[in-house]
Amino acid sequence: MRPEPLLSIRNLRTRFKTYEGMVTAVDRLSLDVHRGETLGVVGESGCGKSVTALSILRLLPSPPAEIQGEILFEGTNILDLTPDRIRQIRGNAISIIFQEPLTSLNPVLTIGEQISEAIRLHQGVTRQEAWKRAVEMLELVQIPSPDARAHEYPHQLSGGMRQRAMIAMALSCRPQLLLADEPTTALDVTIQAQIIDLMVRLKEEFRTSIVLITHNLGLIAGMARRVVVMYLGKMVEEAPVKDLFREPLHPYTQGLLESIPWIGQKLKTGKRLLREIPGIVPNPLEMPEGCRFHPRCPRVMEVCRKEEPPLKELNGGRKVLCWLWN
Amino acid sequence: MVAGKFSAGYGTDGGNSLALLEVHNLRKDFPVRKGLFSGTRGSIRAVDGVDFELREGETLGLVGESGCGKTTVARCLLRLIEPTEGEVLFEGEDLLKMDREALRKVRARFQIIFQDPYSSLNPRMNVGEIIAEPLRNHTRSSRGEIRDRVCFLMEKVGLHPEQARRYPHEFSGGQRQRIGIARALALNPRVIICDEPVSALDVSIQAQVINLLVQLQEEMGLSYLFIAHDLSVVEHISNRVAVMYLGRIVELATDQELYRNPQHPYTQALLSAVPVPDPEVQQRRIVLQGDVPSPLNPPSGCGFHTRCPERIDLCTNEVPAFRDLGNGHWAACHLR
Repeated sequence: MRPEPLLSIRNLRTRFKTYEGMVTAVDRLSLDVHRGETLGVVGESGCGKSVTALSILRLLPSPPAEIQGEILFEGTNILDLTPDRIRQIRGNAISIIFQEPLTSLNPVLTIGEQISEAIRLHQGVTRQEAWKRAVEMLELVQIPSPDARAHEYPHQLSGGMRQRAMIAMALSCRPQLLLADEPTTALDVTIQAQIIDLMVRLKEEFRTSIVLITHNLGLIAGMARRVVVMYLGKMVEEAPVKDLFREPLHPYTQGLLESIPWIGQKLKTGKRLLREIPGIVPNPLEMPEGCRFHPRCPRVMEVCRKEEPPLKELNGGRKVLCWLWN
Repeated sequence: MVAGKFSAGYGTDGGNSLALLEVHNLRKDFPVRKGLFSGTRGSIRAVDGVDFELREGETLGLVGESGCGKTTVARCLLRLIEPTEGEVLFEGEDLLKMDREALRKVRARFQIIFQDPYSSLNPRMNVGEIIAEPLRNHTRSSRGEIRDRVCFLMEKVGLHPEQARRYPHEFSGGQRQRIGIARALALNPRVIICDEPVSALDVSIQAQVINLLVQLQEEMGLSYLFIAHDLSVVEHISNRVAVMYLGRIVELATDQELYRNPQHPYTQALLSAVPVPDPEVQQRRIVLQGDVPSPLNPPSGCGFHTRCPERIDLCTNEVPAFRDLGNGHWAACHLR
């Protein structure tokens, strides 16, 4: 028997009321995050991966959002907590890194002030002590001359530096769970490599569990141990990372893996054309009947058009939402 | 002047195809103003002496990180911004010496596709009008001819001609990029600059647009200057690749040469940093220290020396020459 997971999401459904109707961004999602592991969540825009992260931290205003289901963090349902209690968890036991550090850092506070604010709030230490720890955190994320940098404002730092500051802030209270929402997407390749290295190192040091949300399969392959693939609000596949890349089961995952070019591929296969997933992601207001992927699926069957497939559990911790496996 | 220096051909494998576009010593300085009234205080050298050629029917990839000057190069070539210095020879004629009318005529055969399909289409024009605009401006076609040509182009890029009356906001990102491609194709160009054409798109849509570009190239004999920061996409589509850093091309070679046998330490680090979509591969990343220096205050000597793991004393003093290493492989590094 595995130990109890750190985070356990059961039947999460997040919907938004819009003028055109109800949009279901996340639909009956269930997943577990175990202690010390990195869970990758992969999918294209609109698949609900960011909304999942925001739902976990209750960062979605309600209305327009409606959240149902259970989000158990160490056994307590986050969705039942009072605003005061959730504030004690946010930034403390669970923290988040956003994609765009320039818009998610406060432009009128210095980096040092922002980091020490979180430390003061959650650890009840003095201003001086909090500042000292903030500088230590900046040093830990390898920002050169952290003493001076702590006095600077976000716009004075480069993109990579800002993302480091963001990580310093997220980790300043030693969270048990870190939600990383596209942490390197806005960064250049060489800076991305620095941030990945940093995250891997800090994860070992702090024994933090990470939920890595990204569209970049290369990043998933390098960092995650288990992967959840999402499409239009649904989890369509879950698997250990090696199995997912070696033998993807869902036609969407297969299409996704085959449609990305990788270095050396053209030389190996001699093909100038990539395999593509036909069509476009449907409008969430006009969700297809049956399986949501069926209008784009190369292996579509009659049943797929009419009925939604059940989530099938297979050996080796694999799950797939597809009629081919039922 | 035209042939001379380039007869060997930067990074070609001695191919015999013609150079459609030759760029010599292209420079672009942007003035920097301190305050509203105080006038110019120095300048940023965004592009610092770039040379390359684009041959008939080929795709030349131009890669580099943000701020390296790749988009500025694209805009200078078409004179969407005026370069400070240099020569841009298109079919042997220097674009930088042309008057407005001559330039307008050349642009019919020399087109561009932009990165952001959201801001590069006029929201007040419907798709039919957007695609027809170059035809109206450059040809004397009748209404009927224009309508037929628009239908033909829309089908060519995978859109339904019935959608011609719709407006850009009714389309997804990938479809908008198709509209931009149709507009670029309207006048049968020979060269298209693709400035990050797929980086705003989702993975599954990216493959569709790349395939479309490859098919159009084969059908219509187009030449592409393909600008992107994603190295795997560039490798996939290009015949030759140029790597830019701080306004200069630091390496140029055929795609195979560049990816199998990168010579410049920057190219090596860049390639090693690309995440490999295979969990069984243990990646050995060369992690560069620090950030790209500000072009406002560029380092002396080799622009890369502040981050280079192989730096020697010479690098801090002297700008390395862009040298042929054989097999059409060029690099600007003192150590090679």
